[in-house]
Order: sequence, then C-alpha cells, then structure tokens
Amino acid sequence: MITTNQSLHKKKQSRNDLNEMSQEISALTWRLFIQLIRRPSTLFAGILQPLIWLLLFSALFSKAPIDFLPGSSSYGEFLGAGLIVFTAFSGALNAGLPLMFDREFGFLNRLLVAPLSSRSSIVISSVIYITSISLLQSFAIMATSALLGYGWPSLGGFLLIAITLLLLVFAITGLSLGLAFVLPGHIELIAIIFIANLPVLFASTALAPISFMPEWLGWIASINPLTFAIEPIRMAYHDSVDLRAVLINAPYGEVNGYSCLAILLILTVGLFFLIRPLLNRKLA
Amino acid sequence: MFFIQLRDLFKSYGPVMALNGLNLKVPKGSLYGFLGPNGAGKSTALRIICTLLSPDSGHVEVGGRNVLLEEKEIRRGLGYVAQDVAIDKILTGRELLQLQGDLYHLDRKYKKKRIEELIERLDMNEWIDRRCGSFSGGMKRRLDLASGLLHEPELLILDEPTVGLDIESRSVIWGLLKELRNNETTILLSSHYLEEVDELADEMAIIDKGKVIASGKPDDLKKELGGDRVTLRVREFSDEVEAESVKKLIKNINGVSNVVVNQKQGYSLNFLVQRNDVISNLSGHLSKENFEVFALSHSRPSLDDVYLQATGKTLMDAELELAGKRDLKLENKKSMR
Repeated sequence: MITTNQSLHKKKQSRNDLNEMSQEISALTWRLFIQLIRRPSTLFAGILQPLIWLLLFSALFSKAPIDFLPGSSSYGEFLGAGLIVFTAFSGALNAGLPLMFDREFGFLNRLLVAPLSSRSSIVISSVIYITSISLLQSFAIMATSALLGYGWPSLGGFLLIAITLLLLVFAITGLSLGLAFVLPGHIELIAIIFIANLPVLFASTALAPISFMPEWLGWIASINPLTFAIEPIRMAYHDSVDLRAVLINAPYGEVNGYSCLAILLILTVGLFFLIRPLLNRKLA
Repeated sequence: MFFIQLRDLFKSYGPVMALNGLNLKVPKGSLYGFLGPNGAGKSTALRIICTLLSPDSGHVEVGGRNVLLEEKEIRRGLGYVAQDVAIDKILTGRELLQLQGDLYHLDRKYKKKRIEELIERLDMNEWIDRRCGSFSGGMKRRLDLASGLLHEPELLILDEPTVGLDIESRSVIWGLLKELRNNETTILLSSHYLEEVDELADEMAIIDKGKVIASGKPDDLKKELGGDRVTLRVREFSDEVEAESVKKLIKNINGVSNVVVNQKQGYSLNFLVQRNDVISNLSGHLSKENFEVFALSHSRPSLDDVYLQATGKTLMDAELELAGKRDLKLENKKSMR
C-alpha cells in the first residue's frame, strides 16, 4: 500500500546538513565506483598505457648517455617519475567525462531535482573518485617500476609523491569538470583530452631534461605544470628529500622543491576559483 | 485551494517560443491532466515547476512557495518522472532506488522498507536486481516512477509517463496513480493521450502554442460543447470552397452549432448537434444544394472534440504539424545544464 503521510517527512529525513551532505557524497561516489567495478577497462587501460610506454621508452633509450640525465642511473629510472605524473594527469583529464555523460543522458537532471544539501556534492564525489583512481593507477606504475629495478622511494619520498600527485590531480580534475559544463557534448571534451594529452607530456621534463631541449621547448617545459610535478617526484626517488634543492634549471631561473609545490598549489586554487562561478551558475 | 499556480509564464528557446503567457491553477490533492501535442510547451512548464529551468518571466508557486526563490524546499516535496527516462545502465534497479533514497536523505531503515514496498506495489520483484541497461521501456518507466515516489512527495509530476508502454505497464501505472490520487497526493500528469487524461484526470488543461486554451473537469469541458459530435464529408477529397459552402449551409440548420472545417482531414466538417432528428434530416438539407453525404459519423463528444473546437484541428493533426517545426537539437541544447 502506498502512503503519502506528509507529516512523516521531517522524521524520515535527516536534519543535519553535514550528515545529509556526507550521505549524498558517499552515495554519488559509490555509484561511480560501481561503474568502475563493473566496467574496469578504463582502469586497466589507464595503467597499461603508461606501462607499455615505460617498457618501450626505457628500451628505446637504454643506450642513451647517462650524463644528460641529472641524478638518474638509467633512462628507465628517469622516465618513471614522468610516467607516474602522466598517469595521474591523464586520469584527471578524463574526470569530466562521467559528468558530461550524465548531462547528455539526463541523469544530471535526476540529481538536480533532488533536494541535495549542496550541489557541490556532485563535483566533490567526482573529485574523490578521480583522485582515488589516479592515485591507484600511479601507484601501480610505481610498483611496476620498482619491479623493473628502477627503485622505490623512502617514506618521506612517498609522502612527497602523494602530495604532489594530489595537487596535480585536484587542479586537472577541476579543469576537466569545468570543461564538462562548458562544452556542448562529450565529442568536444574527448577532442580536447586527445589534443592536450600527448603535447603536454612531450612539452614537459617527463621524457627529457630541459638541458636536452631546444631553447623554445625549454621555455615551454619550464612553465608546464607537469614539470612542477615531475621534478619533485623525481627527487623523491633519490635518497635524500630536500625541498630546498634546485629541481628545475629554467631559462628564467632556478626553481626549488618548495616553489614547485607552491606553483602546483597556486594552480589548484586558481583553477578552483576560475571554475567556481561557472559551477555555481550551471548547478544553481 | 490551489497547490500549483503559474502566472504569465514566458519561456523561449532561441526563436522558438515554448511558453507564451501560460496560466495554470492545480487544486491540492487532485490529479490534473495537462493535455497538448508534443511541442506545445508541456515539458517546459513541468521543468520550470521542478526547478530544472527558469522562465524568462512570470510567477511560479508550489504549495504556497515561490519556486524561483525556495527551490530546495520545493524539491523536498516533489517527485519528478521525466519524459526521457534517465537511469544509470550499469546500476541494478535496486541500486538506483538506493541512490535515490540517499539523494533524498532517507534513513537506512526507512529507505529499505520503502524500496521493498514500491518493488512489491509496482511488481518489480522479478527483475529489480538486474542491471537497468537490460530493462524494457515499461520496466524503466516503472522504476522511474518508483524513484519519484520513494520519498512520498506531496506533488508528483509525470511527463508523458506511459508513452510507448506495453499494456501491462500502463495498467500498473494507471492503477498506482488512481491510488495516489485517493491518498491526496497532488499529481500533475502531462500527456498527449486523450483517453489517459479522460480516464485519470479530475481536472485538466489543454495547452496549445505555449498557453492554456481550455481548462476544467473533462466531463464539463465535453458537456460545454453542448451536444453530440458529427463529422461529415460530402466527397472523399473535398476542397476549401466546397467545405465553406457546406459550412454555410449547415450553420443555418436549427440544432447545429460549432461548425468547424477540418482542413487536415480532407476538408471534412465537424459540428455539434443538439437533437437526433437533425441527423436524420441532414441528407435532405444537403441534397437541396446538390451535396451528398459521402461519410457521416456521430459520437458523444470526446476530449479530442474539445481540442478541435478550441484549435480547429485534431490533436493528431497538431502533433504532425508541430513535429515538422520543432528543432529538438536546439531545445535539448538550450535545456541541458
């Protein structure tokens, strides 16, 4: 028997805003994880692609002179940091896709018609999901890299890697979610992901140090956010983690570990403030 | 007391005027039918009531609250079943209901109990634990309806809930709507199925080109026509001149009223007769002016006749006319968040 006793409403619904928000965030996040568990191909593809790169590129440049790789004993070790960051970057860049599909298939309307405690829950659940997946994929690359003999960071180094990846993933996820609301459909979003992915990787220090690049590319690499994530992670694989050490010899000057993290933080906060009005408007 | 009040609502999608000064009053606890062809503005009006869309101008009130100012409170008491069923194909039916329960902040015990209750009531036991991607249209619609009812809304908004459904699903949904109506839930049901509105609605409004052209109780609207409906054709394919001549002739017959030429149906004539003898004498009147009766049908007035009387065309003709004019791509783009 269907009842419509309206007086029960208030009793049935939790009164605490924070509880309500955590209930909706966990439900929305769990939905994304169910999708992943039942369709794990994107997770595996996200791990396999950088692994193949790691194997092929390290073999391709195995006879490259060690001298041009600062602080690394082999090209595989040098490449590891770049691919960890690339994995996180690619994963975060795809963050907007599930949201875009929800927009296109009308599922977002189901969420928007619900009395969400805060509509930020939709964005927060996406950020939690993408961050978890990106970190998981990155750690899978780290583990494989270790198995191939390219080293494993100390505890301090591990912490530095986690912080660096978190900052990068937050920034890129924010950007991708913003794009998912601005662009008209998933085709356009995929096109942007497709165009951005590899050029951003090649124009960073993932595959070669700045000293090995022509000047114009050196300039681009030294302002590329990926470089500011790659170099601290590269340092994290060394025995000593010293954020005061100079990590990037950029054409405009030297950049140390603290500066790298500060730039990533500024990027994250800046992107957050940039997309906030957009999200407010779209989710209002 | 009116639960929903729309006043002078305007909304356009680029050059297309979807709502053109819409006014509507839905009594509390009633099942209100919103009838009109596809593209008449029904979905736009419903999306505005559901807080999914803002009007260009006008006033919208639900349960005494201004929808444009108190969106969150409105959403708490609102169940919305959209025209296009939006489900997550990867989730099972039960998981979708659980997600819905969490979005409405239901506590765990109540959510579980309520889900079981709706599964039972909507006869979903056999397939609720299968993934939504494998569901037929009827199953999806029943699940969507269960989602809309999970939090026991005061107002249930249904946008074309039975389009393309099998008879069993339609019958389950109709049964549930009747039950809800008896329990004082206010239901706003948009449909372009005349028999659905006729069967279910306590009151109704007919919408055409973004505004209400007739409203009231279905029986009253039919009675207002004032007699039985007759459709007359003097030739298989008549023309405008001939139809106008016949119209002139039968307009003057005592007991005939509301004569309309239906251009879309081969210039047939639709009119009302107050007495049965008018029909038996009709042939005589026509033969005096050298017209013959090619086809004649006589029926009790239907809602289609109400629509025809108000617009000069049948609902189906209006559907066909509007289908060619709509830019669904533009409408979807404009309404997509």
